[in-house]
Amino acid sequence: MSAGNASREADSGRLADNILMFCRTLRNAGLPIGPGRVLDAMAAVRCAGIDRRDDFYWALRAVLVNDPAQFRLFDQAFHVYFRNPRLLKRMMSLLLPTLEMDSLSAPAEAPIRRLREAMSGTSSGRADEEQGTEIGIDQSGSWSRREVLRHKDFEEMSLEEQSEADELLRAEILAIANVATRRYRFHPYGNRFDLRRSMRLMLKNSGQLIELVRKRRLMNPRPLVLICDISGSMSRYSRVFLYFAHVMTSRQHRVHTFVFGTRLTNITRRLADKDIDRALAAVSADVKDWDGGTRIAECLERFNVDWGRRVLAQSGIVILLSDGLERDSKADLGFQMQRLRRSCRQLIWLNPMLRYSQFEPRAMGIRTMLPHVDLFLPAHNIESLGQLSRLLQQDTDSGRASRPLAAFQATQ
Amino acid sequence: MSESSNKRDLPGDVSETRSLLISGDYIAGRDLATVVYLALHMGRPMLLEGEAGVGKTEIAKVLAATLGRDLIRLQCFEGLDLASAVYEWNYPRQMVAIRIAEVEGHTGDIGKNLYSREFLTERPLLSALEEHPNGPPVLLIDEIDRADEPFEAFLLELLSDFQISIPELGTIKAKEPPIVVITSNRTREVHDALRRRCLYHWVDYPSQETESRIVALKAPDIADELRDQLVAFIHKLREQDLFKRPGVAEVIDWANALTQLDVVTLTPEVLDDTLGSLLKYQDDIAKLRGSEAARLLAEIQAAA
Repeated sequence: MSAGNASREADSGRLADNILMFCRTLRNAGLPIGPGRVLDAMAAVRCAGIDRRDDFYWALRAVLVNDPAQFRLFDQAFHVYFRNPRLLKRMMSLLLPTLEMDSLSAPAEAPIRRLREAMSGTSSGRADEEQGTEIGIDQSGSWSRREVLRHKDFEEMSLEEQSEADELLRAEILAIANVATRRYRFHPYGNRFDLRRSMRLMLKNSGQLIELVRKRRLMNPRPLVLICDISGSMSRYSRVFLYFAHVMTSRQHRVHTFVFGTRLTNITRRLADKDIDRALAAVSADVKDWDGGTRIAECLERFNVDWGRRVLAQSGIVILLSDGLERDSKADLGFQMQRLRRSCRQLIWLNPMLRYSQFEPRAMGIRTMLPHVDLFLPAHNIESLGQLSRLLQQDTDSGRASRPLAAFQATQ
Repeated sequence: MSESSNKRDLPGDVSETRSLLISGDYIAGRDLATVVYLALHMGRPMLLEGEAGVGKTEIAKVLAATLGRDLIRLQCFEGLDLASAVYEWNYPRQMVAIRIAEVEGHTGDIGKNLYSREFLTERPLLSALEEHPNGPPVLLIDEIDRADEPFEAFLLELLSDFQISIPELGTIKAKEPPIVVITSNRTREVHDALRRRCLYHWVDYPSQETESRIVALKAPDIADELRDQLVAFIHKLREQDLFKRPGVAEVIDWANALTQLDVVTLTPEVLDDTLGSLLKYQDDIAKLRGSEAARLLAEIQAAA
């Protein structure tokens, strides 16, 4: 920088503001950035200098991002902020309630939704602060609103409600019940002795006294296989279910997810992306049969033959989301369901149609599938998915319901 | 242990590798021979995946026999841990050593002596790194998909650097890397980190003529005509939509069964009676028994 000392001072003052605002935006977009990180960012920029744009970029990224899943978000935010200062100025003066993406030249790809919301959200956030007292009233109202949302059918939700529902659902999802593995780990009250540890400890005490160290079985969550129907009639529910799948995938290993309409696709690797938006975008790019028809029998057969033995080896639980409306009437659906059930520990069928209180399994497909499932549950709102999650948490060691169809009819 | 004079040099090219395997009664396609050749010369482990009964384990056995090396076999199972796969400290002996040291009154340096090689029990993976009189051994890690994920982690260091770190003792490194063969039936996906360190090969069902040669080698008593018929039938059978298609091992079993029954030519009745040595799932047998098997048989007879 060739400018004089005074202007440099002024510049750095503005720059500090800019960095602060930038950090705030990233925080609103969901990155865990606290005041400490903001100070670090400023220190890093001071070290690296701002003579070169790329130095500036890498310095900020090194401090503010600690997960590869956040790279793209950071990248887009950076380009919006520091390539288009005019836009930044406008945003700072709160003249721009929503982002005018057209005026941007920098990001060629569609900006991440969260980032867009975080940027537009800065203005509404301010507005709330000014209205002080009303916030309290809003929040007391939001409890009952949440309660309503919990029982609202996914199909009837507006877009905002959907994203709020996602948050609610995340809180509902619990860890799946553990099973004993054949491995042991140190534990103060374990039921076995860890001889290696005991021996080492004894040496530390110079062989004077022998203190036995205990260990016990290591517990691990069961493998989970999620198979999701993405045909036209299921679109709203499958979206939520994929969200569910993503949360499960990020919380435990050995979760495999498949989607099917007219053919079966394994999307496990896609969902491994920590960023939900990117994961779902990758899924929709991969899957060619969204919102089409369904061929349940054929897709289940593909699962049984190609995947069943690869992903269900350690007595996993299969959760199948489908309305059971099979288009192909001559297919051997019953046989495939039977085979699927035999190769897993528990087969759970989620059917959003169960939301209707007078639901009766009349359709041929449903009648064929029902005798082969262990549990038949609704999946049309957050409450029902929460119920499923609670069920998975208490390992139903009682095993399989002997005749699910009869059990189901008995409850009606 | 066999004589050290049995030891043979590594084959010089792919064709030699192939004839080496054939000399051990293993008929390999050019693809498999290439992978074996590369594994031998690059010193990399080979990861062989394929359906059950296509001869994955056999490769390791044949390599050991034809190269005159020792075969060290580790059968994987769930919960396989450090103590049963790599090494274990001999606790009773350690206890006794402590006791003796106490009696003799020199407990001061017991800490150093207690973790020496004499108190270490070797398990297959560690002993594969040791020096063997017949040269580096063949290490067969069989059905790795049966072990759980934590076990794969033990293998990573071994497979990339052929060394094992024992915290109390230090790092044990092989002077010459062993020939490592890992097999998997794919009942679980093997982790990418492990795949990366290996040369990968999918062992497929052999072609019709290769299979005919295999059967001739492994079931020499069967008549030529029946053998061709049998192999043709198997290949038709594998095109069918079966839950488990018969592997080479089953075909050899079947050929032996037919010889035992003094069968001269395949008939629908013979098929129905012996289907159990080929197909191991009731659904598959039910699907094929009777008219379907007869139809396939008629097809191959028409083609012949």
